[in-house]
Amino acid sequence: MRFTRTRATLVCASLLLTLAACGDAGSDDEGSDVSADTDAASELEDGTRMKEIADDGKIVIGVKYDQPGLGFKGATDDVPSGFDVEIAKILVSKLGIDPESDNVEWKETISDNREPFLKSGEVDLVLASYSITDERRAEVGQAGPYFLTGQQVLVKKDSGISSVDDLKGKEVCSVTGSTSIDNAEAEGMKPRGFDTYSECRDQVLDGAIDAMTTDGSILLGYAALNPDDLEVVGEPFSEERIGVGYSPESPEMCQWITDTLQESMDNGDWAKAFEATLGKSGAETPEPPQMDPCKS
Amino acid sequence: MDDVWNNFDLVVRAFGMTVGLFLAAGIASLAVGLPLAAMRVGPVAVMRRAAATYVTLVRNTPLLMVFIFVVIALPRIDITFKSIESFQEDAFGQVFISAYFFRATLALSLYTSTFVCEAVRSGINSVPLGQAEAARAVGLTFGGTMTQVVLPQALRATVPPLTSVLIALLKNTSVAAAFGIIEAAARMKYFNNRTTEDVQVFLLFALVYVLLVEVVSAASLVLERRWKAAR
Repeated sequence: MRFTRTRATLVCASLLLTLAACGDAGSDDEGSDVSADTDAASELEDGTRMKEIADDGKIVIGVKYDQPGLGFKGATDDVPSGFDVEIAKILVSKLGIDPESDNVEWKETISDNREPFLKSGEVDLVLASYSITDERRAEVGQAGPYFLTGQQVLVKKDSGISSVDDLKGKEVCSVTGSTSIDNAEAEGMKPRGFDTYSECRDQVLDGAIDAMTTDGSILLGYAALNPDDLEVVGEPFSEERIGVGYSPESPEMCQWITDTLQESMDNGDWAKAFEATLGKSGAETPEPPQMDPCKS
Repeated sequence: MDDVWNNFDLVVRAFGMTVGLFLAAGIASLAVGLPLAAMRVGPVAVMRRAAATYVTLVRNTPLLMVFIFVVIALPRIDITFKSIESFQEDAFGQVFISAYFFRATLALSLYTSTFVCEAVRSGINSVPLGQAEAARAVGLTFGGTMTQVVLPQALRATVPPLTSVLIALLKNTSVAAAFGIIEAAARMKYFNNRTTEDVQVFLLFALVYVLLVEVVSAASLVLERRWKAAR
């Protein structure tokens, strides 16, 4: 009798283990599957920064940690996830580096740090909802865009604010060093800058400020996390062209990034990356944007 | 640097905000710090202990923590100071002091008033005990002793340490940059992100800070000269 009970327990335990293993395998598939392309690495020209990184076998990518759907790292996550991260994985795999391995370092890069990190070489690439602007292009390299979005506002439900015009002369928060702050100022709002979007979102949730403003794609991610309390209102009042930042010292990267992104747009990897991240909230996969030519 | 010169109004407005924070928080911390010092040296044990507890608690807390408490923690328990804005809108039809400015001023004043209190207390302690005893001997009350005899002498000795406290306050306003106020430090960061000439921008902003501090110390020097007494 006792023997059978022990055996039953063992069987149960092993069953549970198998189930647990299944669960694990499932979560691995969350992002799109991108594996290292070893052939591509050997095709890189000698003397370029890409070749250097490929030979080194290590790369540091600057991403956001606080933007659900774009670049987000929860307290229990080992690596960040989101559309920016998926695009980064496509680029990394083209260097012959396995994007799932420890050879890729995901470094949190808040808006204010993007240019300094690129200039000092702290990160090799920045994919952190990085809008392409002429001012930034004068300082660092920006390739793309790989995504288009527009600035909107996030408010508390039932706030009575339905458009950007309702916020003229009112305080709105965003993050310092972002284009959103300049746009908000131009629209007649009083911008209040914080370091991260999550701090800003908390201020809205706590009622300390009327609204938060930045790219619609970022706001939708937050609204999806708190659907009962927050909503995105108003028409987009700017066009943000999200691109990849690279060091100003290595202009040769531009063509390589653009080509790699173009390839992913053509072969469907770009669409897969979107569906696995931002598309989850039900948003339709848009047409890939037309990318800027690189200055030679 | 052209970017800075072309947008010089932004620089002026940013330093205007710094000076505004300094003046508002400076007046508030003097207004709170002086009575606090009187409480600490006063004859009522309860007030003495209450003031001592407040000073110990707040002075030993980093300014950043005080800011986090006022700007992030208080709104979470529904203390947002938004009513200040609606009051102004009702009375004047316009908002002069925003809730953010008020919260930053509050955090700075809570913190600085403890230093003001201790600077004033050190001044009071510098007045020989005999002075207070003599004042009481001629029949003055505690209030009379303080306002007629002790404080006039104490304030004279308080000017140098109080100047240091106010200079520290002027520079501490830059902490507000991390809490949504676009003052000089935040503006400097903004320009540094747009230009390759980081060093020049930094030097320009540092220079204006030095100038502002020089104005404060010059004012204190004038006061010191005027109140100088032969001893």
